[in-house]
Amino acid sequence: MSLRIDLQIISDWIPDGARVLDLGCGNGTLLKHLQQRGISGYGLEIDNGNFAECIASGVNVIQADLDEGLPLFADQSFDFVILSQTLQAMARPDFLLDEIMRVGKQGIIGFPNFGHWLCRWQLSINGKMPVSKSLPNAWYDTPNIHLCTIADFEKMCADKHLEIINRSIVNHAHKDTLGIRLLPNLFGQIAVYHIQKQNS
Amino acid sequence: MPDTLPADSVGLVSPATLHVDKPLQLDCGRTLNNYHLIYETYGTLNQEKSNAILICHALSGDHHAAGYHSMQDRKPGWWDSAIGPGKPIDTNHFFVVCPNNLGGCKGSTGPNTINPETGRLYGPDFPIVTVADWVRSQAVLADHLGIQQWAAVVGGSLGGMQALQWAISLPDRLRHVLIIAAAPKLSAQNIAFNEVARTAIKSDPDFHEGHYAEHNTIPAQGLGLARMLGHITYLSDEAMGQKFGRELRSGALQYGYDVEFQIESYLRYQSSSFVGRFDANTYLLMTKALDYFDPARDFNDDLTATVASIQARSLVISFTSDWRFSPLRSVEIVNAMIKAGKHVTYAEIEANQGHDAFLMPITRYMEIFGSYMKKIASEVPSA
Repeated sequence: MSLRIDLQIISDWIPDGARVLDLGCGNGTLLKHLQQRGISGYGLEIDNGNFAECIASGVNVIQADLDEGLPLFADQSFDFVILSQTLQAMARPDFLLDEIMRVGKQGIIGFPNFGHWLCRWQLSINGKMPVSKSLPNAWYDTPNIHLCTIADFEKMCADKHLEIINRSIVNHAHKDTLGIRLLPNLFGQIAVYHIQKQNS
Repeated sequence: MPDTLPADSVGLVSPATLHVDKPLQLDCGRTLNNYHLIYETYGTLNQEKSNAILICHALSGDHHAAGYHSMQDRKPGWWDSAIGPGKPIDTNHFFVVCPNNLGGCKGSTGPNTINPETGRLYGPDFPIVTVADWVRSQAVLADHLGIQQWAAVVGGSLGGMQALQWAISLPDRLRHVLIIAAAPKLSAQNIAFNEVARTAIKSDPDFHEGHYAEHNTIPAQGLGLARMLGHITYLSDEAMGQKFGRELRSGALQYGYDVEFQIESYLRYQSSSFVGRFDANTYLLMTKALDYFDPARDFNDDLTATVASIQARSLVISFTSDWRFSPLRSVEIVNAMIKAGKHVTYAEIEANQGHDAFLMPITRYMEIFGSYMKKIASEVPSA
């Protein structure tokens, strides 16, 4: 089974034997994949269906609401805290990012880039809120209440004194095109960042 | 009374009894030189003896967890909602064992059985047993059945505490532990409720310092009161409100002190039916076992250090409206397990039934419980 693009990028960044916390772990696909490489950890998930699937996969899963932060977890208790395609659905993304950097030595954050040209086109030319493969919901029933662009995210990292160790910006075909390299915020659809506190 | 047994029932069952002559050293310092454990089993033990599930019962539970003793039974065993063919603890896959705890009153050695050394009922002289004592005695039963390692030890409430104690004390004898609606120890409020219950029993003039049997009586008033109090703490305000509200039995206020509200009538019914089936000395003993349960006490109150020995994978479940052992109490266990790097899965089930929710077939609870048990079943051959 091939992993979703962003999950494959994340998996490649995590060394064998690491201890990870996967926030909004969905049906546990990433954790199960990582487990096969001796990477242990826990997933946090709130959706009932996903939760049962995690159990069926033999993934450790804790039912938790990420909007409440990570009170269960001690400072610096994981090598990596992962948040994939969930940041934009948080009530307070900045608060969760603080929590991620408290609990994890390093963080990996993946999100759909709202700065992609198609989003800009739909808003500026059609005058409508963008609907895309990464953001399939209508504006009124979307869980994605805090969308951001690559530039926005990097600004937040700078404000919070977070160092970007690595970033991977791709489109859905997982192609790293010339356009993406030159103008990532215009041509990238999915952004994944590997971050840590500055000077850590 | 069922005319025919439901298809998902384990059917008609009958208990077995194990007589043990090997002395059991108890935490209180006393020794039971010999004792017996009554237990029921459902399903078939596989050749490898690897598909066995131990069910630990709660305060007023017993060995009759599922099925019917006769076609005249009004109700099945206490956890029939979860045990049977196709149910979360699927007897098509698992061999299920449920003993009555030592100190109980349903057939295992306890206050209402004969002390072989005196030839009289133990009564109040039966030693106070602890959760750890129960685990030791259940291990003797496992030895007898040839079960070296349980596929899982499962319990709710006080049963969940036994399951946790199993995982801590005998880590290599279980592969999974399911701790439902439990706590790592009682809070002051929990102990306070127990003390009120005990005071109700002990202050009943028919209690006779626990020797009521010799006076051919039972402390019905006290035991009934204790049960009423317990029952209130097992339900949530919301559940009671939904079930009874302020409904009156006769439809009009009587301006007297007799039973008027339906909730009063319900509590009296619960209390009188309990008095007929439960022993007061056992009730006292069970509440003390609850009060004393505190496995972290031996580890400088460090729960993370306490669970460090655990090898089993854990499923911890709590219920939102349970105020007897609230979700926060389960989170204490989960928190310690995470800190200790143990395999743990945790779910908080939305339920308005209070502590009693753990006995009810709540859809999401059964789904999570069932998924976890299915995963366990996939690891072992069925019989």
